[in-house]
Amino acid sequence: MSKYFLSMEGLTKIFPSKEEDMVVFENINIGLNKGEFVCIIGHSGCGKSTIMNVLAGLDSPTSGSVIMDGHEVSGPSLDRGVVFQNYSLLPWLTAMQNVSFGVKARCPDWTREQVIAHSRKYLEMVGLEESLNKKPAQLSGGMRQRVSIARAFATNPKLLLLDEPFGALDALTRGIIQDELIKIWGETQQTVFMITHDVDEAILLADRVLLMTNGPKARVAESVLINLPRPRKRDTVIDDPNYYKIRNHLVHFLVKRSEELSGSVSDEDGGTIVIDPTKDTSTKVENTGEQDTNPQYERVAL
Amino acid sequence: MSLNFRAGVLSLVILFLLLGIWEALNQPPDASKALSEFELLMGGSDQEARVPPPSSVLKHAYDELSNPFYDAGPNDKGIGIQIAYSIYRVLLGYFAAALIAIPLGFVIGMSPLMYRALNPFIQVLRPISPLAWMPLALFIIKDSEQSAIFVIFICSIWPMLINTAFGVASVRTDWVRVAQTHELSQLKTAFQVILPAAAPTILTGMRISIGIAWLVIVAAEMLVGGTGIGYYVWNEWNNLDLNSVIFSILMIGVVGMILDFALGTVAKIVQYEE
Ligand SMILES: Nc1ncnc2c1ncn2[C@@H]1O[C@H](COP(=O)(O)OP(=O)(O)O)[C@@H](O)[C@H]1O
Ligand SMILES: [Mg+2]
Repeated sequence: MSKYFLSMEGLTKIFPSKEEDMVVFENINIGLNKGEFVCIIGHSGCGKSTIMNVLAGLDSPTSGSVIMDGHEVSGPSLDRGVVFQNYSLLPWLTAMQNVSFGVKARCPDWTREQVIAHSRKYLEMVGLEESLNKKPAQLSGGMRQRVSIARAFATNPKLLLLDEPFGALDALTRGIIQDELIKIWGETQQTVFMITHDVDEAILLADRVLLMTNGPKARVAESVLINLPRPRKRDTVIDDPNYYKIRNHLVHFLVKRSEELSGSVSDEDGGTIVIDPTKDTSTKVENTGEQDTNPQYERVAL
Repeated sequence: MSLNFRAGVLSLVILFLLLGIWEALNQPPDASKALSEFELLMGGSDQEARVPPPSSVLKHAYDELSNPFYDAGPNDKGIGIQIAYSIYRVLLGYFAAALIAIPLGFVIGMSPLMYRALNPFIQVLRPISPLAWMPLALFIIKDSEQSAIFVIFICSIWPMLINTAFGVASVRTDWVRVAQTHELSQLKTAFQVILPAAAPTILTGMRISIGIAWLVIVAAEMLVGGTGIGYYVWNEWNNLDLNSVIFSILMIGVVGMILDFALGTVAKIVQYEE
């Protein structure tokens, strides 16, 4: 178990209710390596945000545990930076103050100058040097998201959790910020766990994509390796012959198998299988009905 | 022409029209007849009492305002002194109320338990007319001055308490989560996140409170007497000096406006756009 930097062990979340308890997900067993960029994809409502809240320590699992760096996660911590779905900047603070809010919390004994300089560095990394003194209401959606990314990276967390950070952005802005995210991640080598519903975004960014079946009783059915060389560029990555193999596999899962596999029995390890679509040259992704019998799929070793 | 300018012109036109009508309707009767002293006091020889015209109110206002702080004994003090007494009482009662209402509102807003436990008390105490407390206050405190302050206290507390509780309870969970993920202590969360987030709602409550407090002080001072603008109005009515009555009514309006403007300015400072 300890070979992973972050591991979810038998993670289950149930929201109790009067009529019938809502089992959001059951027996999730996943590990993340240090410095790994992992995306999780699933249909809306399958429990992605709930998993993230549990990882952040904002919510506790009904059973199972999250172990990070050898310690069980038992509450929110500066070691786990979170970028929420809706930016969650503090609207009465400027961009600079929002970032330095995080830096001050991280380094309480720094001088004002140190805090400002550090915050400015991260705001510059995301291209906001012109807008340091603007309040969130004066910033566009893309700029706000940049501020919250800068805030998260500036606190230098061991694990970064991003909940559909680009969900509300137009394609152009999204592309630019994705590039910035890759750049800043490349410089800091943080471990990132990101929720998305955009397959292309996941392939561009991730080392590995986790696929969730539909809820309730969702589970992580597959862990898909994104075996594409880095650095990846938005405009060139699609020329890679393996790109569409991976893409088709993910899309096929989302449109078809996420429904078929939903609620199906999960065995003791959560039933996650590791897949590398690029090595699977014989099987076309269109007829993946028999994929479960394909010998190259191995069990996740936990 | 800007809208503001046109509105200003229209305001002036309406003002002069009203003053003109008022002036025209309230001319004193012919001075040819000799008037008894009583008739003079009543504003003329008619049976009906007569409201003084604006010209005489303005003249009186000029006289009063050119020497607002004179003090010629308990029944003859300048308008400035009277207003200062009233403002002093209002502010004392008001800030005492804020000192209790805002922290208590925080607790109620943060804790659903406290909210449910205290809600029945608030619901019963809030609709009580502040003046209804006066006899009890006079009996317990035994001092008319402090009783008036107590009445201000009790009437300003509710809007501040309720708005603070509401503002604190409806702070977006996202912002609280930001505080949590940054490991902010309870105290820091309260001051750095919840207070600024709830400040506009709290200020709205404070603004309602100061308005009510200023309404109530006039009535309270009419009851307890001694000093203050409320006492002054009542005293001048007893003196049948309607010039002073009308003048002080206008002053009450002006001071109320200034108090509201002051809080409105603070409200603008803490306001934020989402
Ligand atoms: N506090 C809660 N109480 C009850 N049910 C909840 C709560 N939070 C989320 N859910 C339910 O859990 C499911 C997963 O929600 P969520 O994690 O937000 O989905 P996703 O982020 O994948 O769209 C949804 O069906 C949602 O209605
Ligand atoms: Mg979500």
